[in-house]
Order: sequence, then structure tokens, then C-alpha cells
Amino acid sequence: MLEVKNLHKVYDGHGRRVTAVGDLTFSVPEGQFACVVGPSGCGKTTLLRVLAGLLPATSGEVRVQGTPVTAPPPGLAVVFQEYGRSLFPWLRVRENVELPLKAQGMARTERRDLAAEALAAVGLSDADRAYPWQLSGGMQQRVAIARAIAYQPRVLLMDEPFAAVDAQTRADLEDLVRSVWQRFGVTLLFVTHDIDEAVYLGQRVIVLSASPTTVAQDLTIDLPAERDQLTTRSDARFTELRAQVYARIQKVKAPAAEGAPA
Amino acid sequence: MLWRVLLAVGLPVVLIAAWWFGSSGSESFYWPSLSTIVDTFGPTWTWDMFQEQVFPSLWRLVVGYLLAVLLGVALGALIGTFRSVRSLLEPVLEFLRAFPPPVLVPAAILISGIGDRTKILVIVFGCVWPVLLNTIEGVRGRDEVLSDTCRTYGITGTLRLRHLVLRAASPQIITGARQALPLAIILMVISEMMAANEGLGFTVLQFQRGFQIPEMWSGVLLLGLIGIVLSLLFRLAERSLLGWYHGQRAGQREW
Repeated sequence: MLEVKNLHKVYDGHGRRVTAVGDLTFSVPEGQFACVVGPSGCGKTTLLRVLAGLLPATSGEVRVQGTPVTAPPPGLAVVFQEYGRSLFPWLRVRENVELPLKAQGMARTERRDLAAEALAAVGLSDADRAYPWQLSGGMQQRVAIARAIAYQPRVLLMDEPFAAVDAQTRADLEDLVRSVWQRFGVTLLFVTHDIDEAVYLGQRVIVLSASPTTVAQDLTIDLPAERDQLTTRSDARFTELRAQVYARIQKVKAPAAEGAPA
Repeated sequence: MLWRVLLAVGLPVVLIAAWWFGSSGSESFYWPSLSTIVDTFGPTWTWDMFQEQVFPSLWRLVVGYLLAVLLGVALGALIGTFRSVRSLLEPVLEFLRAFPPPVLVPAAILISGIGDRTKILVIVFGCVWPVLLNTIEGVRGRDEVLSDTCRTYGITGTLRLRHLVLRAASPQIITGARQALPLAIILMVISEMMAANEGLGFTVLQFQRGFQIPEMWSGVLLLGLIGIVLSLLFRLAERSLLGWYHGQRAGQREW
């Protein structure tokens, strides 16, 4: 469960005030898969960082599982865009997945089991002894996803996680995220700039306006739960929804606003 | 592989050969031929001599060096993490750093005599700076995404110190430690030349004062060899500690 109420964020620095998030209100019910799309520089990453408790809001309120966020909330995991920088290069894959569990004080055997299960879920059982930098970009992002799953979060945030991988890997990872979400039943907020991806993945797409950000459209994606790269993407309803989101984004982009950090 | 070995040993071999043949007919009392020095080496540096003069020196060197690294890393982690500590300590550190360490020897002798303690102190004082400054930079320059990762996953306290702060700074820490190593050897010798009744530096000086010139040169040679062995040991340690770092950099060049 995720609630955002009148969120407002202003960056104040170097004598320049930049409004990253204007007035944002939405909530994601327990177990929903919601995608957030918006034109570049609309404050998507800012929103995610506030939700994760990494950045204080200027005003407004953010709640995770009913509790106001003031610091990184327990039970919330984040998969960052920069997979190469979010994994510990000096730890092996399995150690990377286990470290957050170790921080919770979990016993060794339990840690092992959870890590093994998570790595199996992302198809990386064989790579547990490798170092992250020995893996391809897509595999590194799988490790980051496995780490998030093993943490057993109630809420999972993903910040453009596939922006830096090639198209085929991306399709695989999209299906992986769908299956992980279905299997572990987390509340998932997926931030992306890719409209196709948002419509393909989510049960719902939240379209943000250009900065200062508000919710421009909140769209339910009524595609069947079983999705497939080939059939879903050629579905007439998919094309229709995609066009709808696209048109909306083109419209909010038009009044070119001042630049803000993405 | 063979080519790399040839490249690595090529120049030293040429230099040694030049020294050997260039000095072979030397009549000079102060510049004995290399063959004379090598001949003197065996009889001079016997096992007894090692036990009496060399090992005590090495002991002080190792203890002083390790203490300096430990102190530098601990202080550096503290200063690099907390801005207030940094503001508090920086002026004092800048002042202390300006001292050439050998200047401390006379004062240190007055306070703690000519025993091991004085010499170790001098080594620590000289070697701590490169380690400290590099550690501070390393700790401050760690990756933000990795810091955020630690925050979201509740990785705090000693776990964070061990797995994020120190490991992220380890390439710089190693760089500082590498710079400190020759300093440690220099300070070991200097402290023994100024105040000692045993040790390598003391012995070399004794030979010089006794006009045992080939013996003196053999001591210089021994110091050089110790330097080489220590830097080889250092490289071994570095390889095991920074395997990830070199691997990652090699990987980045590939992709």
C-alpha cells in the first residue's frame, strides 16, 4: 500500500529554485502493479526517491503501508536504474543478495535459502559465485531484482530499471518482473519513460505532467493478466491504450516548462 | 608471457651488468667493484648478523608500518565520514603534516630514549600521512547509488563500515599504503642512524666510520633487496585485496 498526498518537492540550491514535483496525489493499493510514465525531466526519479525515504519532501505526505515516510521504510525495496553501481563489486552475487538479510540479523541458513530461491526466480542459480562485473548488464539487473525479492518487501520500487539494457534483454526482464510480481504478490511501482513498457507491464498507468508535476491521467490497463510479448503487444486493446497514453504525454509535453532534474 | 618477463627484468639486468663491468677494474677505495661487494656480502651478512642487526630493524619497520596503516585508515574513515570531525581536525593535521619526520627524532629520543619505541614512533609519524589522506578521499568519493542501496536495505553500522565505507575506499587506501612503504624503509634507516646501538642503519654507518667500504656497500645493497622483497609482498597482498577492482576495470574496457 502506497499513498502520496499533495506531494511537493522543490530543489533549492545555487540560487535557483527548481520545482521538481508540483502537487502529486495518488495511491497504489496492496498488491497492485502500477507504472508511472511521464516526459523526461518530469520528476519521476524525485518521486521515487521521496517514496523510498531517500529524499525529504518539501511538503505533503507519503505513506508506505500506512506509515508516514521519514527515513527508508522497512519492507520497501528499490531496484535502481544504475545496476552497475547498485551492486557491491567486491561481493559475489550471492553475498550481494544476502547482505540486506544479514543486516536484518537473519540466520545464515535462512539467508542461504532465501538467496538461492531469489536467484532461482530470476534464472541465475548458476551465477551465485560470480562477481557482478563478470556478468552482462541484463544479468546484473537480474541480481539486483533477486536482492530485492530476497528482502521480502511489501512494496517494490523500480526506477527505469531497464533503461540501459538492449531491447531483447529488456523484453526478457519485463516478463521476469511480471512473473516475480505475480509470484510474490508485492505492491509494485515501476517508473519508466517507455510508454510501451508501461502499458505492457502494469495494471494501471499513471501519466505525469511536465514539471511542475501533477497526475495528468490515471489509466486502468484492462489487458488480460497473462501477458506475452508477441500476442499482448499485437492486441488491438494494447495498441489503443498505448495510443491513449502517447497522446496524453504529447499533450502535457507541449507547454514546455522549465527544466528540472529527472 | 615470456616477453613480459623479459621486459620486466631487462633493464635491471642491463644496469647490473653495467655496474659489474664498469666497476670491475676499480682501484678507488670508496668505489669498490661490484664483484668485491658481492664477495663481501656473504661473510658480512651471516645468520648471526641477521639476528642481531637485521631482524630488529625489520621488526620495527613492520610494526611501525602496520600501525601507521591502521591509524591512517581509522582516522581517515572517521574524517571522511563526518564533516564536523573533518573541520575540527583539518588545521591540526595540516600543521603536523608540515613536519619532516626526522626532525622529530631528537625530541623523541629525549622523551622515550633510543629504544624501539622512538623509532616506531618516527615511522608511524612519517607513514601515516599518505594513508590518511588517501583514505579520506576514498571514503568521501564512494558511489552515491551504493550509499542509497545501503540506506534502503537497512545496511548500517559495522556492516556498512565493512562492506561499503572501507571496501569502496580500498583502492585509495592501497595507493596510500604503497606510497608509505618506501617512506617506512627510509625512516627506519634514518632513525637508526641518528639514535641506535643496533640495526641496519646503525650497522651501515658503523662500517662507513670504520672504513669498511665494501661492507658498507653490501649493507646498502641489502637495504635495496629488502625494499624489493617488501614491494613484491605488497603486490601479492594487493592482488588478493583488490581482485574485484582490477577485474571490474578490465571488464569495463571490454564492454
